[in-house]
Amino acid sequence: MTATQEPTAGAEIGRDRRRKEDQRLITGRTRWTDNITLPGMLHLAMVRSPFPHARITGIDTEAARSATNVVAVLTGADLGEGQGACINAWPVVTDQVTPAHLPMPTDRVAFAGETVAVVVARSAAEARDAAELVEVDYEELPAALDLKEAAENTVLAHPDLGTNVSAVWRFDSAEAGTGGDVEQAIAEARENGIVIEREYRQQRLIPAFMEPRSVVVDPTGEQITVWSATQVPHILRFAMAATTGVPESKIRVIAPDVGGGFGGKLQQTPEEMIAFAVARKLGKPVKFTETRSESLLTAHHGRDQWQRLTLAATKDGHVTGLKVDLLADLGAYVAIVGGGVPVLGAFMFNAIYKFPAYQFQTTNVLTNKTWTDAYRGAGRPEATFAIERLMDELATELGKDPLEVREMNWIKHEEFPFTTVAGLEYDSGNYEAATARAKEMFGYDELRAEQAERRARGDKVQLGLGVSTFTEMCGLAPSRVLGSLNYGAGGWEHAEVRMLATGKVEIVTGASAHGQGHETAFSQIAADRLGVPFEDIEVLHGDTQISHKGLDTYGSRSLVVGGEALVRALDKVIEKARPVAAHLLEASADDLEFSGGRFTVKGTDQGMAITEIATAVFAAHNLPDGMEPSLDSEATYDPVNFNYPHGTHLCAVEVDTETGQVKLRKYVCCDDIGVVINPLIVSGQVHGGLVQGIAQALWEEAVYDENGTLVTGSFVDYLLPTAADTISFEIDHTTSPATTNSLGTKGVGEAGTIASTPAVVNAVVDAVRHLGVSDITMPCTPERVWRAIADGSSGGATTEAAMPHFDETEGGVQ
Amino acid sequence: MTRISLNVDGQQVADDVEPRMLLVQYLREKLGKTGTVVGCDTSSCGACTVHLDGRSVKSCNVLAVQADGSEVTTIEGLAGDDGQLHRVQEAFRECHGLQCGFCTPGMIMQTVDLLNENPSPSEEAIRLGLEGNLCRCTGYHNIVRAVQHAAGTTDATEGAPA
Repeated sequence: MTATQEPTAGAEIGRDRRRKEDQRLITGRTRWTDNITLPGMLHLAMVRSPFPHARITGIDTEAARSATNVVAVLTGADLGEGQGACINAWPVVTDQVTPAHLPMPTDRVAFAGETVAVVVARSAAEARDAAELVEVDYEELPAALDLKEAAENTVLAHPDLGTNVSAVWRFDSAEAGTGGDVEQAIAEARENGIVIEREYRQQRLIPAFMEPRSVVVDPTGEQITVWSATQVPHILRFAMAATTGVPESKIRVIAPDVGGGFGGKLQQTPEEMIAFAVARKLGKPVKFTETRSESLLTAHHGRDQWQRLTLAATKDGHVTGLKVDLLADLGAYVAIVGGGVPVLGAFMFNAIYKFPAYQFQTTNVLTNKTWTDAYRGAGRPEATFAIERLMDELATELGKDPLEVREMNWIKHEEFPFTTVAGLEYDSGNYEAATARAKEMFGYDELRAEQAERRARGDKVQLGLGVSTFTEMCGLAPSRVLGSLNYGAGGWEHAEVRMLATGKVEIVTGASAHGQGHETAFSQIAADRLGVPFEDIEVLHGDTQISHKGLDTYGSRSLVVGGEALVRALDKVIEKARPVAAHLLEASADDLEFSGGRFTVKGTDQGMAITEIATAVFAAHNLPDGMEPSLDSEATYDPVNFNYPHGTHLCAVEVDTETGQVKLRKYVCCDDIGVVINPLIVSGQVHGGLVQGIAQALWEEAVYDENGTLVTGSFVDYLLPTAADTISFEIDHTTSPATTNSLGTKGVGEAGTIASTPAVVNAVVDAVRHLGVSDITMPCTPERVWRAIADGSSGGATTEAAMPHFDETEGGVQ
Repeated sequence: MTRISLNVDGQQVADDVEPRMLLVQYLREKLGKTGTVVGCDTSSCGACTVHLDGRSVKSCNVLAVQADGSEVTTIEGLAGDDGQLHRVQEAFRECHGLQCGFCTPGMIMQTVDLLNENPSPSEEAIRLGLEGNLCRCTGYHNIVRAVQHAAGTTDATEGAPA
């Protein structure tokens, strides 16, 4: 039962408010895009290429066109320029090689799953039936599938471009003036220190939000209305207008209830563009909802990197240099953030450690696979994995405890603010405090003792302990920084406060929630600031007609950037109300104090609530001369810096050395995310983030076969963790407030995912290191762990483990 | 077309349906019961879970014609007539057992069935009992707390962070 919590002024921030959003969601009163039905609405089905790379030599739509209840069958040629284009917003270098990306290509497909024709019918089932009747002739082309081979240009993903290398982006601390020469540091370490050289694989992942993507386009109004299961309604509207020639003012994009995103829905998708074009062409509302297989096959994937790493250290374990050389698979097209994902990682490989010299280079490569883009963490999980694995390797080399080696090298709490070798200024943090708390919760020393005991007696189930002391940069992003990185937009956020006549308050935010609980958290912020009850605040978002300005939700930015915009808009409301209060109370504005939602005249009992002032302003009968009758205010906030959450994560696993089975035993973390607005929401973000990161370590991988077919194209094959695979977590927080925003908050949306992957892999390796294992490729499946134990390898590649095709199986059908 | 007649959330309904129509499609497209959702095509995710004659089923795995003559309860029929939430609904809110909410209808319907079977499940029994329902947001931690809370086997504050 929910206890009714009486609101008290100033007490909302930090309170575990139950969410406003939940009432609808737990009773099924929801507005998913696929729920929308409009009069005369038609349904779309996509005809998709089965080949990763092929020329389209003919499309016969005759049979499909004549099927009952089919309204139209359209190809890329039929849609012409009206289909617009899918944009890349971040050309990471000025000479980036960027293939043109038509939503529906006319002559050549570049990945298996790409749409070549669209069927429009009266029902979704009839559209799908007719899609089977479309005959497409393909001339197969050689496909660039393997990332390393593609980087060598053995086979070209786009023959007309002449190369698969989209961009080479580099940061060097000596060149940038932020640190020393990494080559020199490595050379010195080779002479008289320690050099750790490793190559790690970041497997391809699929965001796999629970709600499949869906889009409805209604062209029958003066504005074309687009409902989409998107994280980025504002960016989508911009991209639609910019590439189709439809004026931005004629497009309204609505993100209704959106069922998860994790970066996977920050795209401007071909399907959205095709639906937009078809609706305009036919003048009728249309809907497209993907199947789960279509989602796994064509919604952008994440990660997919090879990381070559060189860490230099002194003999006693002080780090002296880090060199990172990445290969990043972009897939067939450069997605909206695309090549920017590895670049976001560039600033994070040095993590919490004081490296005097650093170099980062990424080579972004086009292949004939599904495009890749941001997936929870976007660049930072990859970086954190690499450095946290390396720090364990360094500890092994030194024969020291992994936490001890980290502490030798990390930034001490008294050293903040600290400018890193990658050029970022970390504003606040306390790694010592978070680590001490995590160790205490974990029972670190006791578990180490148990590990030693089990090793000594040769237990077949070995215990491993994994450490990850992560930081990340979040709150995307200062516009000037984005500009310097050649990103195509800014990183500000917008908020608006409307003071209603009846004393209620509406807040409009440009952030676009899809499960984060903005309605609750933003209400708490406003309730404290304005002194109005939590229940009297309504948060509006996700509709470009209501929230006309915004840059949406990703990169753990909503609270730290959008929340700050809100604070500033709220403060403007208070300042607008002050002269009215002075006028009505017949006092000088200088003599007024604002607290608990009331203006009071110092030293008297006279006062007036801000909501009463709102009513008076609505009536406008008695206002100061010349005053505009409105308290409504807006603010657009551009952050001055990123912010830098950090934390210490400790994981214990049990590894069955006879079967390779990994079992999670305990997971503890202490995160410092600054001031917490709602601890309940924060706990949810941490838990969910942890499991996504753990899933990368143990279960998930998008696997392609040698024909370029995604063999993990359903939830039967792509292994999302279940309740039975996971455990309960122990989480806590230390608090070092951010110094660059009013509330002192730091982002939390991605923290768990960024931190947990290396903690788990470090634990698995730690469990079997004494058996000659120094690395296990992710995901650490039982087969791989078993092989690593058997032959000291890292367990082999997954593609070999894909199920054989039926026709290749001896004896026919299995 | 085949004529079916059934009771959904306490209301008697009848329609002519294609034999291939799935129960979930019938609920969503014919009855407008959009509280029940489709998350996959392989009966893996459980987002479409409803009760068929009192037991949980994945409604993407049942043909509408198979439900002829049956009683179906969806998430929309779980609360009392007066809007009083079912204790499992209440527990999911209380323990923050949902974020985006897409898996929630199925998760709640499965939990109700689980608790009907076993009113005081252990954490392991809860985790095994929900294995057929995927959630991508919560990491299951607070879902497990919600089930325990609904079962009365733990205090909700135990699940909340310190």
